[in-house]
Amino acid sequence: MSEPLVGVVVSHAELAQALVSAVRVISGVEGALEPVSNEGCDPEALAARIDKALGKGPAVLFVDLPGGSCLTSALRLSRGRASVAVVTGVNLAMLLDFVFHRELSPVEAARRASQAGANAIRTPGTPAAPAAPAA
Amino acid sequence: MSLALVRLDDRLIHGQVVVGWGQPLNIAFIVLVDDEVRNSAWEQDLYRMGVPPNIEVVFASIAEAERQLDQWEQDGRIGILLAGDIDTMAALVKSGQIKHVNIGGIHHRAGRIERLRYVYLTDDEAAKLRQLASNGVDVTAQDVPTARAVPIREFL
Repeated sequence: MSEPLVGVVVSHAELAQALVSAVRVISGVEGALEPVSNEGCDPEALAARIDKALGKGPAVLFVDLPGGSCLTSALRLSRGRASVAVVTGVNLAMLLDFVFHRELSPVEAARRASQAGANAIRTPGTPAAPAAPAA
Repeated sequence: MSLALVRLDDRLIHGQVVVGWGQPLNIAFIVLVDDEVRNSAWEQDLYRMGVPPNIEVVFASIAEAERQLDQWEQDGRIGILLAGDIDTMAALVKSGQIKHVNIGGIHHRAGRIERLRYVYLTDDEAAKLRQLASNGVDVTAQDVPTARAVPIREFL
């Protein structure tokens, strides 16, 4: 069996730490996720923090926003590294899916987690949007 | 003046710029002045990812920015100009058209001393900023619009 994936959650402020704590509480899975905050970092310092959290093994980087300092540092680090995939818009649902599918390849796990995260975004209790007029 | 904010920030385009300042100022364009980014299509794509499609992003070298500052100032739309380091900003200020410089973030590195929570400077960098101020430029530190603009004399 290949080495299980590590998930590195990269965020503004304390969001990553909070998400990792919540996943641990809900799933009971330890050691699958590493939080990284961009607090007080220029791009170089943030890249160093992410690189340290990634280690040498295969990994998925979960970034909070689809643009900005966290993503730019994550993509610079993952460029040319087939063992590292990147997902943006991190949420609790995608991380909960990820920690139970760490045997997948980085790309497969990233796609799966991305879908799980998207599926969790709903508007329960609101009226359905009107159907688009026929073309 | 169409450049509503001229900002020194080592993260260049990021959340504080696009959301924190961009939303209340209702910006239509961002000018990113950096020689390295200007020469890298890959880096430019990275920075564009953080910007909504209705906001134009212009990538300029220092030389190009010096030539086009006047054009951006006269643009009918509202924009933000970003530089990632003090030398780049100092070169632009030499044009004489920049009267206000906002320090949005210069972060910790070896040799830098904390001046504010989000401003770390070596003594040499501090001297360069003081020089800008002594040449008549209003230099203040302010990470987001809801924070107080801290005059340079209060932290240097």
